[in-house]
Amino acid sequence: MGRYLIKRLLALVLVLLGVSLLVFGFVRLIPGDPAVVMLGERATPDSIERVRTQLGLNKPIYEQYLIFISNALRGDLGTSVLRGEPVTREILRRFPATIELALGAIIFAIVLGIPLGIISAIKRNSWFDVSSMIVALTGVSMPIFWLGLMLIFLFAVILHWLPSGARLDANTQYEPITNLVLLDSLLQFNLALFMEGLRHLILPALALGTIPMAIIARMTRSSMLEVLNQDYVRTARAKGLKERSVILRHALRNALLPVITIVGLQVGLLLSGAILTETVFSWPGIGRWLVDAIYARDYPIVQGVTLSIAVIFVVINLIVDILYTFVDPRVRFDT
Amino acid sequence: MSTLTSVSTASPVTQTLTRPPRSLWRDAGQRLLSNRLAQLGMVIVVFFTFMALFVPIFFPYNPRVDSDLIAQLKPPSLEHPMGTDEQGRDVMRRIAHGAQASLGVGVGAVLIAVLIGTTIGLISGYVGRSLDLGLMFAMDVLLSFPGLLLAIAVVALIGPGLRNSLLAISIVSIPIYARIARATVLSLKQQEYVTAAHAVGAKGGRILFRHIFPNSLSPILVTATLGIAAAILETAALGFLGLGQQPPFPEWGAMLADSVKYLTSGAWWVLLFPGLMIMLTVLGFNLLGDGLRDALDPRLRSG
Repeated sequence: MGRYLIKRLLALVLVLLGVSLLVFGFVRLIPGDPAVVMLGERATPDSIERVRTQLGLNKPIYEQYLIFISNALRGDLGTSVLRGEPVTREILRRFPATIELALGAIIFAIVLGIPLGIISAIKRNSWFDVSSMIVALTGVSMPIFWLGLMLIFLFAVILHWLPSGARLDANTQYEPITNLVLLDSLLQFNLALFMEGLRHLILPALALGTIPMAIIARMTRSSMLEVLNQDYVRTARAKGLKERSVILRHALRNALLPVITIVGLQVGLLLSGAILTETVFSWPGIGRWLVDAIYARDYPIVQGVTLSIAVIFVVINLIVDILYTFVDPRVRFDT
Repeated sequence: MSTLTSVSTASPVTQTLTRPPRSLWRDAGQRLLSNRLAQLGMVIVVFFTFMALFVPIFFPYNPRVDSDLIAQLKPPSLEHPMGTDEQGRDVMRRIAHGAQASLGVGVGAVLIAVLIGTTIGLISGYVGRSLDLGLMFAMDVLLSFPGLLLAIAVVALIGPGLRNSLLAISIVSIPIYARIARATVLSLKQQEYVTAAHAVGAKGGRILFRHIFPNSLSPILVTATLGIAAAILETAALGFLGLGQQPPFPEWGAMLADSVKYLTSGAWWVLLFPGLMIMLTVLGFNLLGDGLRDALDPRLRSG
């Protein structure tokens, strides 16, 4: 196990180096002078020179990469060209909003997806099974941003039940502690703030969580069906156990294993989905910031956000992988 | 080879004893055709493919004469079954023309990714050693980005547009096919029939493409069909972010981006129909892909 962990960690470091090289190379791929591209054709030679120095474009390319990687390792991802803000600080400030959205989405996906899958498997081929699987199939085929817009149209524009975007109402002031609105409001015993944050979170979380929900529901169903055919389930029934306990204690526990992996694999989907969801709902996370930076051609931000998301993605995938070997000893380490 | 195959053909006696031999593909084809959901998927896919192929040929799109400033944002009517948009353009006509962009990029990106990815995977697995290490490392690096993020980053840098989205989406998908092809090679490299091919003097390339590659066809076909669904979603997402097809030419994702401005004025038709088309197309490819998987590998049949 120890050797396996060390091997995986070494591989992780190598892949992350490759990722940093690719992200660094991105900006060099821009046709023409990046400084001119960022500032526009009408920029003064002075400001172009300033940006070139700021980005280190005057130095040889290997030296540029060494500076980039050593800064990145110290947590310095450069500064925004247009606003001059340090990219790392801004990522840290905006990331909690993305985490809150992603957590809301995955909680919705699990809470709805797993029961849907279980009931579908138990009542196989019933109308409930058929209709929930149709919902799941259309769910995975839906563009997130379209679903988001439809939700806004229905619940915000027509029914006026929920706000159409942002984390809080425009004139709400609050002192952030962790920048996770729901957590902060609980820490401050501010129920009104909590409810407001929750109301704002519902629609984006629904939009982002629908695809994972559909995937989890389908996975739970097929996993349950497989387990329900096993001998030990028949034995449990033969012993005269109640159906409820057969399903919850004997079948579900084993059926959930592949589902846990599937939940872990949703991280990439949540991160890239967050880019679209945040754009639709004006949600102030890193995804929307990335899109704004792309429009503004603020490449240090694009570089910094891309690198951070890739690092988070790779690290979480590794953790899920390792946890899985703990949960299921049948998974072998030697590959 | 030809002598080997002629020996293995069944003698008249065994032919009368067993049913006529059916190939894997014919067998799978029959299973596919008897699957209701796969049938539905096929109908949807064929419908949109025809739309993408023939609408631009028979009714070329001319953005100059398309707008009708008197008929702005009109709800669906007999004349405009899906209403008109903010420039008075018929939404149904733009949707019909948008099929070309969505399907073209979706199918095109997957084709390129399959070609490049399979070649990388086959060579990587067959040659092995440091080449394998290097290529698979490159694939791992590409897989370290959530797909859409990488596509967005690529398009952000090489510039927006339909051709660049195609390029970006195909880059993102390459590692998937490389891994499948490599896994096939690794599992078959030591098989006796490959050794036999070596022994009769077949060259590496021939062994790789004639004897090993066909075995990776069915997983690649299934993955590619589902991959087209994903690529269509990514095309629409890039279009929605303004990084794909540029105006005035229609694309479903970009049409949805235009509709955002009219959400509050209650113009539901500019929002509903383009999204519905994306969903239907993607659903079609997903159903077909699921059906293909069940048909080609009955052991994996879900549920």
